[in-house]
Amino acid sequence: MKNDHDHEGKKTGFGRGITRRKFLKTMGSGAAIVTTADALTGHGTVQAEVLKPEAIVRVNLFINGLRRSLVVEPRWSLLYVLREKLGLTGTKVGCERGECGACTVLMDEVPRYACLTLAVEAQGTEIVTLEGLMHGERLGAVQQAFVEHDAYQCGYCTPGQIMSTEGLLRSNPAPNPDEIRRSMSGNLCRCGAYAHIHQAVGRAAELKGKKGGAS
Amino acid sequence: MTDQEKELYYVEGLPIPETPRTGENPTPWKDTRIIGKAVPRVDAYERVSGSAVYPSDVSLPNMLYGAILRCPHPHARVKKIETGKAQSMSGVHVVISAQTPAADVPWTYSSSGIKIESKLFDSHCRFEGETVAAAAAESPYLAWDAVRAVDVAYELLPAVSDERVALDPKAAAAQEDGNRVGPPRSYERGDVAKGFAEADVVLEENYRTECEIHTPMELHGCVANWDGDRLTIWESTQGVYRVQQNVAQTLNLPLSKVRVIGHYMGGGFGSKLQAGKYTIIAALLARITGRPVKMILSREETYLAVGNRPPSNMTLKAGVKRNGTLTALDFACTGTGGAYPAGGTSLVDWQVRDLYKCPNVRTTCTDVYINAGPARPFRAPGHPQGSWSLEQMLDALAEAIDMDPVDLRLKNIALYSQARDGQPPYTSTGFRECLTEGARAFGWKEARERIAATSSREEIRRGVGMAGGVWIAGAGRPPSTIILKLFADGSVNLNMGASDIGTGTKTVMALVVAEELGVKPEFIQIEHADTGTTQYATPSGGSKTVPTEAPAVRAAAISLKQQLLEIAARDLAVDPASLSFRAGSIVSRNDPSKKISFTKLSGLQKRGVVVGIGYRGPNPENKVTNPFAAQFCEVEVNTATGEVRIIRFLGAHDSGRVMSRLTYDNQVFGGITMGIGLAMTEARVLDKNLTGKMVNRNWHDYKLPTTLDVPQDMICLPIEPDDTEANTTGAKGLGEPVTIPTAAAVANAVYHATGVRITQTPINPVQLCRLLAERRKEG
Repeated sequence: MKNDHDHEGKKTGFGRGITRRKFLKTMGSGAAIVTTADALTGHGTVQAEVLKPEAIVRVNLFINGLRRSLVVEPRWSLLYVLREKLGLTGTKVGCERGECGACTVLMDEVPRYACLTLAVEAQGTEIVTLEGLMHGERLGAVQQAFVEHDAYQCGYCTPGQIMSTEGLLRSNPAPNPDEIRRSMSGNLCRCGAYAHIHQAVGRAAELKGKKGGAS
Repeated sequence: MTDQEKELYYVEGLPIPETPRTGENPTPWKDTRIIGKAVPRVDAYERVSGSAVYPSDVSLPNMLYGAILRCPHPHARVKKIETGKAQSMSGVHVVISAQTPAADVPWTYSSSGIKIESKLFDSHCRFEGETVAAAAAESPYLAWDAVRAVDVAYELLPAVSDERVALDPKAAAAQEDGNRVGPPRSYERGDVAKGFAEADVVLEENYRTECEIHTPMELHGCVANWDGDRLTIWESTQGVYRVQQNVAQTLNLPLSKVRVIGHYMGGGFGSKLQAGKYTIIAALLARITGRPVKMILSREETYLAVGNRPPSNMTLKAGVKRNGTLTALDFACTGTGGAYPAGGTSLVDWQVRDLYKCPNVRTTCTDVYINAGPARPFRAPGHPQGSWSLEQMLDALAEAIDMDPVDLRLKNIALYSQARDGQPPYTSTGFRECLTEGARAFGWKEARERIAATSSREEIRRGVGMAGGVWIAGAGRPPSTIILKLFADGSVNLNMGASDIGTGTKTVMALVVAEELGVKPEFIQIEHADTGTTQYATPSGGSKTVPTEAPAVRAAAISLKQQLLEIAARDLAVDPASLSFRAGSIVSRNDPSKKISFTKLSGLQKRGVVVGIGYRGPNPENKVTNPFAAQFCEVEVNTATGEVRIIRFLGAHDSGRVMSRLTYDNQVFGGITMGIGLAMTEARVLDKNLTGKMVNRNWHDYKLPTTLDVPQDMICLPIEPDDTEANTTGAKGLGEPVTIPTAAAVANAVYHATGVRITQTPINPVQLCRLLAERRKEG
């Protein structure tokens, strides 16, 4: 069985994104127990600033086209900040360990697990969440495709599936079936709606194509 | 809005079913206009826009976050617990444990009449993940800090982690009175010894299915809030009324003081049919702090403490005549629901007892305790396990008598339920058609011929397999109450207590209203799953929600129509019996000039609303309503690496009338996907020789099927026998039968490809390589 739905496996469909090593280094800046990132990774040259967990830091996040400025604990994940501090609950929480993809958001156009991204680390990137695909009250193309193909059951993994689709289509507007399967394999669906999700991704590519690439 | 636009609530030219008179029973629709069509869900927008609020999304002003400290050992006694340090941490509001008087709450573990009294915080922890303490704090991070700072001294007790040795006299006792949950449950009909004597071929085999964990995408949990002595809980649940009842009973509150809301929920599969300890803990933390508390479990906790599908160890001996007639089935099973009574062997024998016609059947099920988390119902409890053994055995028998596996099954179709008292007939059975139509659509014979023509020396080999199935329930039953409100402009509000757990319940019910009233589904607003504002309903489980609720919705619509006809008859001064509905209007059949639009009805305009109430009527007496299934698949096996790729799947399902085609297909594909998980990837691993702890308590180590593991080629073939007796909609349950035969069909296909019979799940490369190597050694 191919089950490369971990953090690194996820980005192989795109050839971009953060690596596990880079993530661990960033973790170093938020965890008082490690003195430097090097201690964790065993190599590398980054000398991260060490923060105490209870320290408060100000961050500026650029989310769905808006600049949000708030104070966070360095250990807070982007997921936690989006959901519990900014009320953007379209991004879902499934495992908080980079296994399910329910929290997928785009960071600089690339699908990323918000649970494995610290809020402090997300500064300086352009973040798009499910809410950011809406045009006012109108659905975006990928969302519309998911509606047409009933590409969900309980709907809880759906925001992540939609964001992964969005990311795929932004980097590859006309994916073939194999590319779709590989690119979507970082998003678990326990209800097993994969068959319909697969159809919806194809339909989304079509819809986006008609609109000249607009979401 | 203009009158013309209001007419758009109705579809022009759409015939509306005739209205039975008061007291008359409606008959199932002959033809339907919108039911069964592929229309998007009525709540699709909410599900894709992010506006659907799941319980884990609820955020209340001034809300705190809860976390639970759980026992890290499979069997231990809490000797001493020190919460002072945690309690004094900044941002931490309260820490509760067995020492907290307000948290001294009884907790009963029970199943099938066997009860064991325990506590919310029991110092005797019989499984890893049992609750020890809990904290409420300003953030979930701080709540976790707090529970980690609780100092607990445990006395480690001997543990038993394998049900196969739990009855060994030397095994540790998970319960003081011994590891037997009760006396073995037995069933017998006919004379098994005589049946075996009549057989031309008798085979016997041992089978095992591993323990599976539900892991719905939305974590188990809730938000609890008190207003004085009134408690409101937003719970991720399959049944708000069941949770209300559990909470009211546990906290000794009147039902009217407990409101449970669960509009959206992110999957349950049987593990969210009841309140959890976490629900009560959240309520207690909220009461003590006077603040709302959000308590969402971690993924790891959901692996340990909120249910599983028990492992099953099965032995099946079967006899068949050369002509394919089954003569005897003798089945034994041992299983475990964990450390407390939880139905460890529940329904594992049902396929053997009831699916195929056989006069001589004996089953024995032995349920034992081990030190592991209690089971909860898991999509078709017991059935996929029983299917794993029975359907592989049928394949082996077919080969032994040189018969096609489909033909052997066709030879033994039952038209009545053999295992029930009085052997009542089914209101309908499409099992024969599931097999014949399924085999035809799959190209079964052609595929077998194609594969027979290839060399068995190829490294990459193809195989096809199939399996049948029956689900014990799926008829639906009372009670259910539905309220339909017709507003003055002709749009409709549907009010029901049932949860839509992702199966499309709301959409199906909207289609029923649309069918009866002719109103477009998008003009039906649905209010559901809230004990404060919607009607009583049983939890959504057992594949009974559609056959339970849909007839009640239809009854409510008919009641509404009857009232409208009465009002129209007065307005038009004609006999109500002469009136019919036509797209937004009521017309006299005798005089077409006598016509009035819904929205002009005097009674509706005066009152502002007309209310129809519908109840679920009884099921037919002395008859049984069950769904049937047959699934077919083709696999490709790499005999060098042991990798199995599933090429295609076809599900032929008799679940009565198709109510909504898109959600129907989705259920079938989803059931197959989950069955592929049982067959190929999922297995709880307990460190049985050393610590007794679960070692794969996350999605990285416990593999769910991904989009790479399911075939792109999946076909759903509905078989719709006319069932005029089951209920007024003709629908039977769907959600569970769709996952019953899957795993066995995969195993049969792998056997067909390799000649290796895999009797234990999961069929992974490790196991398959070993079996292939053993066979090569045997030559």
